[in-house]
Amino acid sequence: MSGPELFRNREIVRGLADNIARLTADLSAPLTFMEVCGTHTMAIARYGIRSLLPPEVRLISGPGCPVCVTPIGYVDRAVAYARRPETLIVTFGDMLRVPGSSSSLMQERARGADVRIVYSALDAVALAARHADRQVVFLGVGFETTAPTVAASILAADAQGLTNYFVLGANKTIPIPMQVLSADPAMAIDGYLCPAHVSTVIGAGAYRFLAEKHALPCVVTGFEPADVMHGLLMLVRQHVERRCAVEIQYSRFVDSQGNRKAQALLDEVFIPVDTAWRGIGVIPQSGLAITPRYAAFDAEKALPVPVEEPREAPGCLCGEVLKGKVMPPECPLFGTVCTPEDPVGACMVSSEGSCAAAYKYGT
Amino acid sequence: MCLAVPMQVIHSDGEVVIAEIDGVKRQASLIMLDAEVRTGDYVLIHAGFAIGKLDTDEALETLALMRECLAAQQGEA
Ligand code: SF4
Repeated sequence: MSGPELFRNREIVRGLADNIARLTADLSAPLTFMEVCGTHTMAIARYGIRSLLPPEVRLISGPGCPVCVTPIGYVDRAVAYARRPETLIVTFGDMLRVPGSSSSLMQERARGADVRIVYSALDAVALAARHADRQVVFLGVGFETTAPTVAASILAADAQGLTNYFVLGANKTIPIPMQVLSADPAMAIDGYLCPAHVSTVIGAGAYRFLAEKHALPCVVTGFEPADVMHGLLMLVRQHVERRCAVEIQYSRFVDSQGNRKAQALLDEVFIPVDTAWRGIGVIPQSGLAITPRYAAFDAEKALPVPVEEPREAPGCLCGEVLKGKVMPPECPLFGTVCTPEDPVGACMVSSEGSCAAAYKYGT
Repeated sequence: MCLAVPMQVIHSDGEVVIAEIDGVKRQASLIMLDAEVRTGDYVLIHAGFAIGKLDTDEALETLALMRECLAAQQGEA
């Protein structure tokens, strides 16, 4: 009765789009909104949202694809572990094809490495319990929705007394990079569609500094097509009414405080650290490192391994795509040299990557 | 990877739920959920954990707001 299908109604989507067109008809300059989250990027491409919008509203994609923003050196380290016969690599599916400097986990698996795909970090803990003779390394990539599940896996391994479960961590947080991107004068961002599911964890209050200190309208928006259109309409309205606030379109799942239990898991297991974002560089306090208390589960600390010198693929514009500066088809390799079957950059691999979205839905 | 999905609860034992959408079933831990969960509720499932519960009143309110836009427009035309 209140399932997701209600928010896919075409008539509603069109009606919202018409409202946007009416409100923006007299604007002297177009509005540029950034969708931060890869799932929004996918939804916008899949439901043809751009084709329904007036030319006065421009959408650019941000850095919210966790696989895409993970530096190449991380993949290289995972590959180095995969090459050790005593290691069992456990990962979410997205990481498998991501190209490292000289190899990918998929290539290593073809050469005999033991790389397993799981749905939950708890499945990785179960594998560690079952394979006491192996070192199980879980690739902990993702934002605030995924990070608490990784934290929970470390606590579960700790409670079970496992000494062969390790997390190669690259968990990141979203709000600070949004501020860094908007500070770039070349970007001229007029507002943010804030992630739906990250916000269930961190709460809409986490974006307040963007609206209040940096005068950026923010709307936490759901992933169904009517949600996206509604979120855009709310951004346009803020602009027309000259307001900068954090509003919640996705109020059926998000409030301003977020999920306290998930936040408590994050606080127990992780501490904020400066971390590198592919294409963007180091962003202060935007990474989640495992606290010293759980260092025994931190692969980087507990399992030293030589890692090759990182080399980015020549010609790949992923970094510019992630900043919203280049649209995927503008990359000379797009669709010719670089395809989802044979990707050059991470943006073409992940189901949330901008290049993959543009390729799949031809936008 | 960030693909959390709203699914309808078909069974709950207070610690773990089984939820379903479009014929796909998933099991999820409830350790991250504050609210009580009953059969028929929609929960947000992400990588083996329920991370949120749908607020039905808010969902209906959002739909009503969306429909209002539609009505305002048709009234004008
Ligand atoms: S199309 Fe391929 S090579 Fe070009 S930016 Fe995207 S991922 Fe990189």
